[in-house]
Amino acid sequence: MAQIDRDKLLDIYTRTMKVNRTDEKFRELLMGGKVAVMYYCVRGQELVSAAAMAALEKEDYVVCTYRGQGEQTAKGIPMEKWWGECLGKATGTCKGKGGTMHITDPETGIMVTTGVVGSGLPIANGLAMASQNNGDGRVTLVSFGDGAANIGGFHEAMNMAQLYKLPVIFLCQNNRYGEHTAYADHTDSPNIATRAAGYGMKGVTVDGNDVHQIYPAMVEAVARARAGEGPTLVEAMCYRMMGHFFGSDFSYMPPEHIAEMKAEDPLPKLRKVMLEHQFTEEQLDAIVADIDAQINAAVEHALAAPLPDTDEIYKDVLEETA
Amino acid sequence: MAQITMTQALNLAIDEAMAEDAGVFCLGEDVSAKQGGGVFKVTSGLTEKYGEHRIRATPISETAIIGAAVGAALAGQRPIAEIMLMNFVGVCMDQIVNHAAKLRFMSGGQTPCPIVIRTTTGVGVGFGGQHSDMLEAWFAHVAGIHVVTPSNAADARGLMRASIDANDPVIFIENILCYGLKSEDPGPGYRVPLGKAAIAREGTDISLITYGRTVLDALAVADDLAKEGISVEVIDLRTIAPYDEATVLASVRKTGRAITLHEAVRPFGTGAELAANIQEKCWDSLKGPVRRIGGTFSAVPFASHLEQAWIPQKSDIVAQIKASVGKH
Repeated sequence: MAQIDRDKLLDIYTRTMKVNRTDEKFRELLMGGKVAVMYYCVRGQELVSAAAMAALEKEDYVVCTYRGQGEQTAKGIPMEKWWGECLGKATGTCKGKGGTMHITDPETGIMVTTGVVGSGLPIANGLAMASQNNGDGRVTLVSFGDGAANIGGFHEAMNMAQLYKLPVIFLCQNNRYGEHTAYADHTDSPNIATRAAGYGMKGVTVDGNDVHQIYPAMVEAVARARAGEGPTLVEAMCYRMMGHFFGSDFSYMPPEHIAEMKAEDPLPKLRKVMLEHQFTEEQLDAIVADIDAQINAAVEHALAAPLPDTDEIYKDVLEETA
Repeated sequence: MAQITMTQALNLAIDEAMAEDAGVFCLGEDVSAKQGGGVFKVTSGLTEKYGEHRIRATPISETAIIGAAVGAALAGQRPIAEIMLMNFVGVCMDQIVNHAAKLRFMSGGQTPCPIVIRTTTGVGVGFGGQHSDMLEAWFAHVAGIHVVTPSNAADARGLMRASIDANDPVIFIENILCYGLKSEDPGPGYRVPLGKAAIAREGTDISLITYGRTVLDALAVADDLAKEGISVEVIDLRTIAPYDEATVLASVRKTGRAITLHEAVRPFGTGAELAANIQEKCWDSLKGPVRRIGGTFSAVPFASHLEQAWIPQKSDIVAQIKASVGKH
């Protein structure tokens, strides 16, 4: 088992809990009727996003999907801007014009959040191509789900990335569902990562609920990309513990699957690892309390923030209208 | 000054932009030296100068080509992506319409997407139903994209430079039948601003508004009709969207009559938008209804005589003009 030093573990734990507490807060606001927007829950996938972002540098590029809260907050988008955008406020990352499905924050490397399944992969290639062209040393990580592995853009992008040895990491968060369709009902092959071989690419499948598997796999993929050795397809097995989007029915999830998910919940597992590494319960609780305080302040800020001017509908269409 | 063909004009514009800005690069199917510099040779000789990273021959993967262009643009580069034939945009519409066109707006202005999408098409070369369509109206209907097409070599040089300069996506349509057209070379650094139409021929009786290859037909018809005492003003839009409304409306207010002409099929074509806008804004100047001429509403046929029957004929243009001005 690869060793992860205590500082890095603490970093991953902090990012994981930031993702989790943001998710909990969002659902609380939606349940309480304080907010009514589309939100794609990330419960169960927090560690995958956190470990992936912890393996990147601040300057590295990320492309994610509508279920991208994990990447966005773990990469470090300032919370006030993130909540501002999710609440459609002028203070948001995109002045309230993108919304929960289109968070963009180039300062922290969140370059595109796409609402179209599978569309991020070809774009990630382009970001990586720019880095290859100008030698800036950045890598690009694109996150997507198992559902995205069946759209044409996935195949086109995988082939092109390997052909050019682009510095890109394809992170498939295999959460066992594509929208409302279970994995076995959309794909017959047992894994996604095996497809990498078809493109001559390196592919690995790891347990996304185990920090000792997911983090080293990400570090290796990032190192390969950065060294010019080409892309890697990392398939992180995880569970989407809720429906496709907040409020959607997920009674289609069989009870044995729910029991399996609960047994594999990454949060208690990560906490156990932390305790094994001599972090104390008090320390870990204090980290969460601090995150909660930051989130609460950011939510209050966003709730009180002004709405965008209606003039914004005419702006940013073309440069002339900027 | 030397004469240059449209192919040479495009090549020169791309070459000088690549020489000036290391962020400009080309990608597309068959574009590099190994494949002969593009199916219509527009990127000929550039691999030798700039290397295979900046003239990237791609797999046959339109979604990956445009996606890569979008990503590179977000990172500050200026990709020129080639979609070999315009009908193939059907493969990559998501990347163009949902991403390239919208990322500036959806990001609140943070991520403009400066890409040029070069594509070729044209009726009259026997390419049949899936290699000939003019699909400019599809893109004109989407906010966030410029749609450009040159009708002559000089404009091709100037419009290409301006398109590479633009900080937004440009669909640059090259008509296959126009590649061999010659103009006097306007020289290095020449630019034709986007959104600026040309009055290709001045006239007083009727405004004939068109773009691309049909500008040639319009000019030929205008020459013929001048002999019959009908003075036709020919407007070459050059940028189809967003178009030069001021020039179009001023011309129609002067002549009082307008006809739109394009190779694309007539229903829901750009001519419909032009006609509607002219009628809204120039009603008091109009002496009759705005007429529209376009391709037949069917797939482009293969057999040569069918293909010729499919596209607007000069005789159609003459008949419509005469009907409009009341001379038969």
